[in-house]
Amino acid sequence: MHPAYSVILFTTASGAGYGLLALGSLLALLGVIQPERWLGFALFGIAFALITLGLLSSTFHLGRPERAWRAFSQWRTSWLSREGIIAAFTYAPAGLFAFGWVIFGNISPPWNLAGWITCICAIVTVWCTGMIYASLKTIPNWHHPLIAPLYLLLAIASGSVLLNMVLHLFRQPAEIAGYIAIVSLTAGCLVKLLYWRSIDGAPGTHTAEQATGLGTIGKVRPLEPPHAQPNYVMREMGFAVARKHAVRLRLLAVLFGFTLPIATTVLVLTLNASVGLSILGSVTAFTSMAIGMVIERWLFFAEARHVVTLYYGAQTV
Amino acid sequence: MTMLPEKTDKKLGLVIDLDICVGCHACVTSCKEWNTSGYSAPLTDFNPYGADPHGTWLNRVHTYEAGEGHDGRTVHFPRSCLHCEEPACVTVCPTGASYKREEDGIVLVNPDTCIGCKLCSWACPYGAREYDYAEGVMKKCTLCVDRIYNETIPKEDRIPACVRACPTSARHFGDLGDPKSDVSKLVAKREGYDLMPEMGYKPVNKYLPPRPARDGRATTDTPTRPNAQQGKEPSSGTTSTADKFFAWADTVLSR
Repeated sequence: MHPAYSVILFTTASGAGYGLLALGSLLALLGVIQPERWLGFALFGIAFALITLGLLSSTFHLGRPERAWRAFSQWRTSWLSREGIIAAFTYAPAGLFAFGWVIFGNISPPWNLAGWITCICAIVTVWCTGMIYASLKTIPNWHHPLIAPLYLLLAIASGSVLLNMVLHLFRQPAEIAGYIAIVSLTAGCLVKLLYWRSIDGAPGTHTAEQATGLGTIGKVRPLEPPHAQPNYVMREMGFAVARKHAVRLRLLAVLFGFTLPIATTVLVLTLNASVGLSILGSVTAFTSMAIGMVIERWLFFAEARHVVTLYYGAQTV
Repeated sequence: MTMLPEKTDKKLGLVIDLDICVGCHACVTSCKEWNTSGYSAPLTDFNPYGADPHGTWLNRVHTYEAGEGHDGRTVHFPRSCLHCEEPACVTVCPTGASYKREEDGIVLVNPDTCIGCKLCSWACPYGAREYDYAEGVMKKCTLCVDRIYNETIPKEDRIPACVRACPTSARHFGDLGDPKSDVSKLVAKREGYDLMPEMGYKPVNKYLPPRPARDGRATTDTPTRPNAQQGKEPSSGTTSTADKFFAWADTVLSR
């Protein structure tokens, strides 16, 4: 599948934003972090900025962005519609919770209700994003039981690394934020490796013979293409990344996305370093993770093969 | 409205005979000609006379080779929307622009409400939907909905443009939900089949398989492959000492 930058930015940025929103609200509700005004301002500011950037980016992907509001109508069948609705709705409880926190410094009842709803909505939104891809039977790499959990796990991991950085910057370091980052990054890495193993080992179940129905005659191979230059179907669905590049990019994704952020977060937690070094460490963890997530997401699209390629020369998908 | 109708009154669709399609692409150009000024108008082309022409077409004809030797066949393979009974392209649509008509089962895109998210084209295994980069909306075969019910054109023209244009009658149009229709009888007689039935989208359009080769065909003069003979000549040329040396040097240097 063609790795469109707008969709890569959308899924990574909004994933981190919703992760930050959910974890920041949760830790405040549990009393782990204090509802200090400027911390809240930064926390919600960054989360809203990332989410809004992601959603705007996803509308740039549309041919007719001015009609985007129509996407709120088909929640009965469409995961994309469900995602749009929950994503837009999340602004309401999150806005209320942020209002209570930043303006009144108050997250006790009734403001805490908005906080809990924010947590749930953020998680459901990310799950819907994963389901948009997981529901597509035409792309076996995506129609996989680990895709929606992976989206959620990576959103929590990137949100927790971001939260850890914000807490350090505001001199409110909370060990638990570091632990959540380490655990979710490790889990994300393991599930991602498991997923790669699973798709690499899966034999293509769809064949050119099934696609054309000509298997009764024998092996099917293309003789004349239907058009001289790539059409929309080939440009969008026929994107293929060279195997050796994919292997290198996977290594980079693991290195930047998981290994370095885990290592720096562990160092910050264990070394009892000065405030400056702790900030430096948590910023490094976040920067590295952001690079890794973009590579991981680019690969998610670039490595996905669509069954329509069977009509254009692929033997199995 | 992306909820699928429980059942449609008719199942209008195409039956494509792979035995007699000659791959002339008349259906392709006729489809383009009608639809670029019909329901889906316009079907935009980019750089049509340049080095990299591309554009929106609703019908494509591939040519495949299947099988080997005596049993091998060249098969021309037209590919367009199959108007599935359970189309995922419709259910994934977030706006309701994609829909399946209850009265005849035709799958359409409303060009006035499509937001151009392209998800429907991702959901279609058959590559039937082509995005119009200029209009910013998805285009697809309408089964010539603006011809088949059109009382302002002569009766013989009230069939899809591709069917009307086919010089060998390899394309047939009718109600595949009615077992007594000509197309249903044809499918039954010739053992018409579905493309990728394992996807579960229940395509309405059917393909008729190429008939088996007639007895005695090409048994006496099985052609030898031209490249099998050509392949020998250059290899006999590379046996000279100099050529062997260069081949060796090439191998060593490219390590």
